[in-house]
Amino acid sequence: MTYAVLVVVTVLSLFPLVWTAIAASGTGGRLARTPPPVWFGGDLVENVRVAWTDAHMGVALLNTFVVASTVAAGTVLFSTLAGFAFAKLRFRFRNALLLLVIGTMTVPPQLSVVPLFMLVAELSWVDRLQSVVLPALVSGFGVFFMRQYLVRALPTELIEAARADGAGGLRVVWHVVFPAARPAMAVLAMLTFVMAWNDFFWPVIALTQSNPTVQVALTGLGRGYVPDQAVIMAGALLGTLPLLLVFVVFGRQIVGGIMQGAVKG
Amino acid sequence: MTGDTTTTPLPDDTPARARATAPAPPPAPASPPVPRAGGAPGRRRTRRRTRRGARGGARWGPYAHIAPFFVLFGAFGLFPLLFTGWASLHRVELTAPTDMEWVGLRNYARLLTDEFFLNALRNTVTIGILSTVPQLLMALGIAHLLHHRLRGSTFFRVVVLTPYATSVAAATLVFVLLFGRDFGFVNWVLGVVGAGPVDWQNGRWTSRIAVSTIVVWRWTGYNALIYLAALQAVPDELYESAALDGASRWRQFVHVTVPSLRPTILFTVVVSTIGATQLFGEPLLFNGSAGATGGSEHQFQTLGLYLYEQGWVDLHLGRASAIAWAMFLILLLLGAAVALVGAYRRRRTP
Repeated sequence: MTYAVLVVVTVLSLFPLVWTAIAASGTGGRLARTPPPVWFGGDLVENVRVAWTDAHMGVALLNTFVVASTVAAGTVLFSTLAGFAFAKLRFRFRNALLLLVIGTMTVPPQLSVVPLFMLVAELSWVDRLQSVVLPALVSGFGVFFMRQYLVRALPTELIEAARADGAGGLRVVWHVVFPAARPAMAVLAMLTFVMAWNDFFWPVIALTQSNPTVQVALTGLGRGYVPDQAVIMAGALLGTLPLLLVFVVFGRQIVGGIMQGAVKG
Repeated sequence: MTGDTTTTPLPDDTPARARATAPAPPPAPASPPVPRAGGAPGRRRTRRRTRRGARGGARWGPYAHIAPFFVLFGAFGLFPLLFTGWASLHRVELTAPTDMEWVGLRNYARLLTDEFFLNALRNTVTIGILSTVPQLLMALGIAHLLHHRLRGSTFFRVVVLTPYATSVAAATLVFVLLFGRDFGFVNWVLGVVGAGPVDWQNGRWTSRIAVSTIVVWRWTGYNALIYLAALQAVPDELYESAALDGASRWRQFVHVTVPSLRPTILFTVVVSTIGATQLFGEPLLFNGSAGATGGSEHQFQTLGLYLYEQGWVDLHLGRASAIAWAMFLILLLLGAAVALVGAYRRRRTP
């Protein structure tokens, strides 16, 4: 019984993805027929080629990879630094500042887009990737996540021992904090990468079709710049496949990371 | 988050551990005196000096660690947040964003009589309920099933999370096809069962249901994992004794799983509600080529989408800012209401 339900859940979870591939593998006309296709056709390569060139999917994938990697690297670095300070160092207003960090998680992104856009327009950054990268480089969730991990995983004695040996701030971070934080850094990097890859609201505003991320390019497809449904599905498949690969390889760690963040959050 | 900071102005890092080890005698070579919670603010400073005095730069060290976060957050988070409030009191057009004309609360006053704003508010609430309730209920059920020992549990966990890896854009584009009126998969299945074809995109309720379905599909597995994580803190004995008493899986679900998860459920309700108020990508793309109207009759235009339409289609940045702050205020009101209800219930059931 349990398995029967879980199989149904599995089918429902995977069906839209599988069907994306089925729809992307035929001609557009095949989708305007009853019954709808339920098996793969032979035009996948052609559709992917059209999406790649007409919808700038090649550029979009490269851009998204650059953005997501940079954002993940920056978030992990800054979150580990701040998380370490909040977990192990003593300073004035520490608790108030930590509360502020947590508070940033509840602020909807809509509240910032108008001035952000004005700023980006002022700097002539519309369509430049830094307009998407810079605002995403820090995350309250990341700081909180690293703090919660380091409170337990980093023995205070270890820091004191390093200090006693004459290690300064940067050396302590490099030789003590980073090694201790490595597992959490890896999880945070994956979670941030996924989030940055799929980020939608701000990139759609800050970028245009001439230099898009994958999500912006897909928005263009959906708005009918390329009318062929099979090509649209090929684009959707291209935009999703890299993350699915990440999931196949690191699925267990990502699941663990989400569950870890959930318990502590 | 609202901890009683008055009693502990300087809480320790590891309250749980500290408290657990408190009764035991302290380890013999208690190296530098670890500052404890409490004490007057004046004394705190002297204590820090004794501790840090040996190291010159150490006083500023901690701030150097948190500085990158706060500098970037200040520039791209806090400043825009406040500036949005400022802009909402002005007439600002996207064509000339530096020409700001003071209009006071007029943008907000307009919203109260703006038919499209009220429509978007209604749609946001409706779609929010239609997506949050089934999503969390199904997540609870899935978590309950996955919590029991079973073969391939890691496989199922990864599988239920795959929709989370799918972007809003990719997911919505597929569902647009699946919910197509003439050749969509859903209508074909309905036809096989003998039900008539449904015009998912143009119906008032059907379109909202379809948009909610996309949200439910993407987030159910994620919430299931959050519940699953919380369930692992529940002692196995609860389930074992329930099973010994002959409780079925269903009764275990009702009497063990749901009650133990109550705080987590509240947490997910809050998070999902925040997410629901921001709904944007799904209604934008469910519309196909028609832009940001949320359907031919705005039948599934949400607040997020209306903000976008006002700001980037109609070019009224001031009004878009007012919508943004109105959304924020609605969330705050909602939060206050939840807190009040919680306090009231706690008083009635001590």
